[in-house]
Amino acid sequence: MLNTEAVQKPSPLAVWWDRVGKVVASHLVLTLIALTTLAPFVWMVLASFKPLEEVEQINPLPSVWHPENYAKVFEQIPFARYYFNSVFIAAWVTFLQCLTSAMAAYAFARLRWKGRDAVFRLYLATLMIPGVVTMIPNYTLMVWLHLLDSYVGLIVPAAFSAFGTFLLRQFMLTIPPSLDEAAKIDGATHWQIFWDIIMPLSRAGLITLAIFTFMGNYGSFFWPLILIKSEHLRTLPIGMLYFDTNYGRQTNLIMAASVMNIIPLVILFVVSQRFLVRGIQLGAVKG
Amino acid sequence: MQLSGKDKPIPASKTHDNFGRQYIQMRTRVRDERYIAWLFLLPNFLGFAVFTAGPVLFSLVVSFSNWNLQRTVPFLWIGFENYLELMRDQQFWLYFINTLYLMLGMPVAIAGSLALAILLSQKLRGIVLYRTLFYLPSITSGVALMILWKALYNPDFGPINAVINTVSGALGLDVKAPQWLLSTANLLGLDVEQVRITAKQFGLGARDALIIMGIWIAIGGNNMLLYLAALTNVPQELIEAAQLDGAGKWAVFRNVTWPQLAPTTFFIVVMSFIGGLQGGFEQARVMTGGGPAGTTTTLTYYIYTKAFEEFQIGYASAISWILFAIIFVVTLANWKFGAKEVSY
Repeated sequence: MLNTEAVQKPSPLAVWWDRVGKVVASHLVLTLIALTTLAPFVWMVLASFKPLEEVEQINPLPSVWHPENYAKVFEQIPFARYYFNSVFIAAWVTFLQCLTSAMAAYAFARLRWKGRDAVFRLYLATLMIPGVVTMIPNYTLMVWLHLLDSYVGLIVPAAFSAFGTFLLRQFMLTIPPSLDEAAKIDGATHWQIFWDIIMPLSRAGLITLAIFTFMGNYGSFFWPLILIKSEHLRTLPIGMLYFDTNYGRQTNLIMAASVMNIIPLVILFVVSQRFLVRGIQLGAVKG
Repeated sequence: MQLSGKDKPIPASKTHDNFGRQYIQMRTRVRDERYIAWLFLLPNFLGFAVFTAGPVLFSLVVSFSNWNLQRTVPFLWIGFENYLELMRDQQFWLYFINTLYLMLGMPVAIAGSLALAILLSQKLRGIVLYRTLFYLPSITSGVALMILWKALYNPDFGPINAVINTVSGALGLDVKAPQWLLSTANLLGLDVEQVRITAKQFGLGARDALIIMGIWIAIGGNNMLLYLAALTNVPQELIEAAQLDGAGKWAVFRNVTWPQLAPTTFFIVVMSFIGGLQGGFEQARVMTGGGPAGTTTTLTYYIYTKAFEEFQIGYASAISWILFAIIFVVTLANWKFGAKEVSY
């Protein structure tokens, strides 16, 4: 044993590489990639503080900082209204989706019934259906129901999710079945078991689903794009699109609007990332 | 809400007399849970039936008609005419090729995600900070980022070309900066009007610009997190055993780590395929309008223009079903091929 170790004694360079060099090199590479990732964001923020004529110049910093660009966005377009619409719609969709998904997940994970696995497989299969296939019939359905250009039309079709059902089922399967049995013996109803036992224990899953759903619907584009006709219903992505189309030359203001658009997402992500990272790693990848 | 049945335990006595009653009790027990289960399932299932299952069938039915939302065109059932038309539709094939071309960034992005995950799986300080930064593009991706990249790619005033021009000027080179989103050029030299390759289309253009942006968005996103989780699950004993056998770093990766990552890679590839075939809509609508000369129009954007700009619901439904069929076949093929890959 001693002998072989003596033979294989690594060179001082290899020791240095393992102790110091590798760490330094890794940090260098990671920092370089982080800078590449950040550069567009930095340019966006700097451009949002510049006077228009400086946006197109190469020097990165504005000669005079113009925070009033942000106020100008609110003067030119009803940006506050877009904010409200996006948050309002995303919040409703999130609430409804969590509730309906949790109830369905309870049926799939905690109850025994004939046909359960077949119905569940049907749910899973629908995850493969491309969004555009259902988009056209849903649009015509909204036309018939006179729900074009309405909050209900924006919220309700998004309120049901096979993905959310799947995600919450995975969480609920990890709760020990003895809890339900004990509650049943104490005379609890299924609703009480669901609401008082299973829901609190699925908190991590619910938070994960809520964040996913909120972020996804905050940035939702296709459905609002075809459904919204009037200006007061525009969400942030739609408002941004028309702002860019109609006022496209004002790059500094557009960048200010973009910054304001993504800031809530960045904050939400930083606050909630331990839930998100776990949710994604559970196989919960969407879109 | 009184949803519960009375789930009394089955009596312990198991005499012959009791058998019938017990059987009935068991039947009602099962039926009770089923009834309750469907109550819990109902809201979600209704939504699923109305907004997913119904529409899928509806769209299939409509794809056999000439239905047009403009009432000037009388409604007719036309059988497979839409599908036959599609085969003759040169635009459809060009847009199909665009869709595939835009997916060329996928392997680069996936390999990049794996490389980043390997770097992040070391025990270093500040890993969480790096991970957060790398994830920023995918968490913020959407219209705002597309608008940002449109400005970055501006050939005359954008910072990307400013950097290219400055660097090439400083080095005394005469590099002509690409026209990016305004150019039909591409790295494969695909022609614009016809399905063929021509040298004069060779270069960097709109499609390549979208690919670069796509890699920037995806590289530190969900796939990296999935690889990160998978890497921490590779049994350390396997790696140590291989090292004891004298395997070098590359050999350990190739023969131990990579096979252990196979299920993750498989999942990522399948999801990327499904996403890629449906992709490109936001980019086309926000950044390029599908142009120049239709080179960034993908199948999804084509469906959108047919359905919501030209109101040809029947034809658009037929395209969406072809897309569905392609995704279905690709997914099945992936499962078949992937199952072999994963099992070794």
